[in-house]
Amino acid sequence: MQEITTPNTHHAPAAHPSVIHKMPRVHYLNANYGWRSWLFTVDHKRIGILYLVSITFYFVLGGIYATLIRLELATPQGDLLKAETYNKFFTQHGIIMVFFFLIPSIPAVLGNFLIPIMIGARDVAFPKLNLASWYIFNLGGFFMLYAVINGGVDTGWTFYTPYSSQFALGNVAPAALGIFIAGFSSILTGLNFIVTIHAMRAPGMTWFRLPLFVWALYATAIIQILGTPVIAITLAAVGLERLLHLGIFDPAYGGDPVLFQHLFWFYSHPAVYIMVLPAMGVVSELVANMTRKRIFGYTFVAFASIAIAVFGFMVWGHHMFVSGQGMYAGMIFSFLSFALSIPSAIKVFNWTATLYKGSISYDTPMLYAFGFVGLFTIGGLTGLFLAAMGLDVHVTDTYFVIAHFHYIMVGGALMAYLGGLHFWWPKLAGRMYPEGWGRLSALIVFVGFNLTFFPQFLLGYAGMPRRYHAYPEEYQVLNVMSSAGASILAVGLAFPIIYLIWSMRYGPVASANPWGAIGLEWTTSSPPPTENFDHSPVVTWEAYGFRPLEESEVVGQMTPDDRPA
Amino acid sequence: MSAEVIGNHRVNHPDGHDRAESALAHHFENLEQQREAGTLGMWVFLVTEIMFFGGLFMAYIVYRTWYPAAFAEASHHLDVRLGGVNTVVLIVSSLTMALAVYSIQVGARRSTMIYLALTLALGLVFLGIKFIEYKHKFEDGLIPGAGFKFEGPYYADAQMFFTLYFTMTGLHALHMIIGVGILLVLIALVWRGKFSPEYHAPVELSGLYWHFVDIIWMFLFPLLYLVGTHLS
Ligand SMILES: [Cu+2]
Repeated sequence: MQEITTPNTHHAPAAHPSVIHKMPRVHYLNANYGWRSWLFTVDHKRIGILYLVSITFYFVLGGIYATLIRLELATPQGDLLKAETYNKFFTQHGIIMVFFFLIPSIPAVLGNFLIPIMIGARDVAFPKLNLASWYIFNLGGFFMLYAVINGGVDTGWTFYTPYSSQFALGNVAPAALGIFIAGFSSILTGLNFIVTIHAMRAPGMTWFRLPLFVWALYATAIIQILGTPVIAITLAAVGLERLLHLGIFDPAYGGDPVLFQHLFWFYSHPAVYIMVLPAMGVVSELVANMTRKRIFGYTFVAFASIAIAVFGFMVWGHHMFVSGQGMYAGMIFSFLSFALSIPSAIKVFNWTATLYKGSISYDTPMLYAFGFVGLFTIGGLTGLFLAAMGLDVHVTDTYFVIAHFHYIMVGGALMAYLGGLHFWWPKLAGRMYPEGWGRLSALIVFVGFNLTFFPQFLLGYAGMPRRYHAYPEEYQVLNVMSSAGASILAVGLAFPIIYLIWSMRYGPVASANPWGAIGLEWTTSSPPPTENFDHSPVVTWEAYGFRPLEESEVVGQMTPDDRPA
Repeated sequence: MSAEVIGNHRVNHPDGHDRAESALAHHFENLEQQREAGTLGMWVFLVTEIMFFGGLFMAYIVYRTWYPAAFAEASHHLDVRLGGVNTVVLIVSSLTMALAVYSIQVGARRSTMIYLALTLALGLVFLGIKFIEYKHKFEDGLIPGAGFKFEGPYYADAQMFFTLYFTMTGLHALHMIIGVGILLVLIALVWRGKFSPEYHAPVELSGLYWHFVDIIWMFLFPLLYLVGTHLS
């Protein structure tokens, strides 16, 4: 019974040219063929790939809107787009990127693919529900796209009432319905992960032996199941007001539009953590495995995820300092928002401390992890500016806010998603991506991103408001810099799409563990068999139990279970 | 996880071929794990349902606090007797549902069928009475919007009460309709002998759902029908 595969962690550099690996004869990708085998699959790995295809489509679509927005803003005059068109484009950019790309990105793609393997299970707890959630997601996307094609929505992704419920020209109801439906796919994914992590762990896989990625997605799932139903019912209420005059937020009935903002941000602040917590989980894996060290303060990082999930529900009012909420409410929300930076800071310090005396690799995934830590820190610190009530009044609804949340969502969540995608690509596809192109793209993305969004901090502080298609001439220099950065960023993001697809056919075949990483996913073949493991794993070692690099090179192979915990 | 789980697991599919074993999905180790997962999943789902209704309850709390007199006045236009009868109907249906779960646990297929059918009938009675109430409101012009008719000073705020009334009871009725559908499926499955004392998780979990929907009504009834009766 101890004949289980032990993690094979000899440090083979990625795709060493002299070593030719062989793919397993049967794996999850070639187990069956044909579109039916994909559209009716219940294999969590294939469902992860289905999500990857769907959200890549939405990412490109949202990116096209971003490109058009930045093109318009290259000149002070509103010359490329009419004001109405511009309003629709930034709205659709926001809706698509938030609800149809960022929220499903890491959980639905990497989480679906990895969680069962990381905990030593054959699948998630409810495989059919998992497939259903992909269909639900696409049904939601269908209604959202209908709204776009039918003339577009112009409310902003925040759908503030009474504009959205009574004055906006059209398509609010189908767009809201699309988000409502897609929300249920997010809820079902969260439900599936919580039950999977509780009930499906392999023998010996205790809670404190779980990879930090699993902890992070557990915390994310808490937000998905507690927050998403609230935005669902809130958007349903907006839809009912438009269609049936059941106006819960209608001032004519004594209703309060500000109540909409409370309910909206009760979800939408925690939703930021639906995007960032999984990113933090990815970065924990990258930092540990690319420095060959156990994460400094494992327990703190694990509980910081849970703390962020729980306390993230108590700070939504920092979006409403100028919306007419009470002074004292504002002060409490401000204080709690400052307090919430503590668990995030714990993580940043622990990742940094992990680097100390680590054998740091500078392969593509680690470059993205470095990018994440730096950009997330800038995004987080500027978030404190916004949590300060006085300063927030000055920068409310300016480009300062835009820059802040793009540092979190793009600089943080997207960077980590790309890093994770590269890191686990050999497991997903069975082949390596081209490392040179990977590093080059990571560099271009980093430069392009900063050039796009750093000038927006300055623009916002100087007073340029968001959501206008024209602006006074004195803002042009910084806007041109931002637009130039956006074009660089677009190039950096297009490269991975091209070379990852290329590598599926032409990339060098990956070994089971090309990074010398630790984790159950690296003990099975690349790509894994449909049931994930040939022999079921029994876990007897702690998470991230690395030997020093020199030692593992001498021994050649390392079994983490033979070293003291 | 216990030692025998490690002992017999995953060599390949379990080779027991009796009815209970065939209910085991391929990705679970044993029926125990499968039942655990199902139960936890249903409880997590009910938590999401609480948050789903929670948004509306929040709106109710805010507006009831702001407009207590208008809510009391508007609440008098609801039929306490019909609402009360429906409350009793649902309490009894919870009892029959619990008896159905008990019956399948002890393997009494016939009484399971009877109790499920009774629960179904009571659910339909509830929906029927709810339909009659809606019809009365429609005839009395109490539908929010342009045609809303309401005497007295509370014209605007009373519309908010009826907006909440229709949204909350409508969402609840939607859950009842889904529950009725679930009961139909269960009855068909019990008829075909799909369940046994060893494997009956779907009956148990549907029971949880049914009780949850009943409990929501236990909150809706006093909040909507019994507002400010002490004022009159
Ligand atoms: Cu926030």
